[in-house]
Amino acid sequence: METPTQLIPVEDAPDEFIINVGPQHPSTHGVLRLKVKLDGEQILDIEPHLGYIHRGIEKISESLGYKQFIYLTSRMDYLSAHMNNQACSLIVEKGLQIEVPERAKAIRILMCELQRMASHQLWWGSAGLDMGAVSPFFFAFREREQILEIFEETCGTRLTMNYITPGGVMNDIYPTFVKKVKDLIKQFKVNIHEYDKLLTGNIIFQKRTQDVGILSRDLAISLAATGPVARASGLTCDVRKLHPYDGYEKLDFKEVILDKGDSFARYMVRLEELKQSMHIIDQLIDNIPEGEYRTKIKGVIKLPAGEYYQRVETARGELGVYIVSDGHKTPYRIKYRTPNFSNLGVLQYIAKGAKIGDLVAIMATLDLIIPDIDR
Amino acid sequence: MSNEQLKAYLEITFPTCKLENTIDFPVLIVEKNLLFATMLQLKENPTTLFDFLFCQTAVDYLSRFELVYHLTSTTFRHDLVVKVILEDRDNAEVASVYNLWNASELYENELFDLFGIRFTNHPNLRRIMLGSEWPGYPLRKDYTDVNILIP
Repeated sequence: METPTQLIPVEDAPDEFIINVGPQHPSTHGVLRLKVKLDGEQILDIEPHLGYIHRGIEKISESLGYKQFIYLTSRMDYLSAHMNNQACSLIVEKGLQIEVPERAKAIRILMCELQRMASHQLWWGSAGLDMGAVSPFFFAFREREQILEIFEETCGTRLTMNYITPGGVMNDIYPTFVKKVKDLIKQFKVNIHEYDKLLTGNIIFQKRTQDVGILSRDLAISLAATGPVARASGLTCDVRKLHPYDGYEKLDFKEVILDKGDSFARYMVRLEELKQSMHIIDQLIDNIPEGEYRTKIKGVIKLPAGEYYQRVETARGELGVYIVSDGHKTPYRIKYRTPNFSNLGVLQYIAKGAKIGDLVAIMATLDLIIPDIDR
Repeated sequence: MSNEQLKAYLEITFPTCKLENTIDFPVLIVEKNLLFATMLQLKENPTTLFDFLFCQTAVDYLSRFELVYHLTSTTFRHDLVVKVILEDRDNAEVASVYNLWNASELYENELFDLFGIRFTNHPNLRRIMLGSEWPGYPLRKDYTDVNILIP
């Protein structure tokens, strides 16, 4: 890999400079290098350079069994670990034609929505931090900490849970789970007004995000953008609505769609999704069905030869898992269509013509998770 | 359109292409040199309107590559898989679909990096993850890692 250098004048045009943002720039939230071509403060072009955290998850998965490679997916988008596990579990269940117990389905949705909330809360804090507002970070972590405590009790870990497995979930929920979730939701319904007070209504924040990095609907379609990024541009793409799984079809919730497509619209979509997640949890928390939390399946799984595709909605968009099986105990080929990889493609189009300071605002609202891009 | 209707329609529209089925999607197998023309028709045709390329990948079968395109339509919400078979593994080359879906710029860079498949008419073909000096293409089935510490 070529060595990143600072401030290289472009040969034919003495006013143009190339600057490397990253791989260690705080606003990239990970190791992503953006080669930015500048004329003064104006961005002329962006070329993303990835691979600083490429672990070859797809290649490693080819030598692991169908119960084993699931653990690696928690390390892709580490803020959507439950949803990544769920995608892999669903595809194995589809291949084996296993029906999951109702209790497990309800627990899965509860966990995934809690995870979505935790992810959006962390994003909200760090988005503020990127634009110079330090206090939101502490407020965001106050709630996120409560969610992670709930995860720790039931799943044993706080970040890479590996809780959802083929056939159901790993363990039954912890006895205090229901009470703690109820307390959390009750508390958060009061606290969410602070989010609006601290950041949404902040005039500096508004000026820095409104009309910055506008993504049109057509461009979002052409670039295969998904998740809050695409929904802020008016594109219907929520997998929970379009291709429901694990009982999302029985629940009442709105797909949040705005049509302005700027950084502020992406911000508002995520804030509204927080409320929708709470609404989903409200419907389920008192109605977790009794019964088994996992169907028994064989130790060594062999999927019938063929091709399988499963998509789920993570906190950042559509995660697709594509498996080619040849009937053996390991997949022949496995491909993760990750939401962040597609959403990264958006950056060079919407940041063109913006100022270098706006790049930070755009990066903050795209909410990229780098291990998910590199895999 | 439902999968059955879509299959019936594709059978009439593309009589030279083979049609198959996976558990999820209908599959259309296209000749290598007809790829761009077929894709253009699939995207522009008002009855299909496949305007969303959500996944593009390849599978190595040691004797051949299979390129797999997952398409969906944001208007009709039907899905289709298009496959192209590349027989010559050492000089695998195929037309880029960048002019139809901008998303394929990064997808094809990744395929070039990890499989060594070249795409003609691609705006900026480069090894996006491993860098230009990495020996070999890791996602090929016959790849051996020269740097591996614990084999």
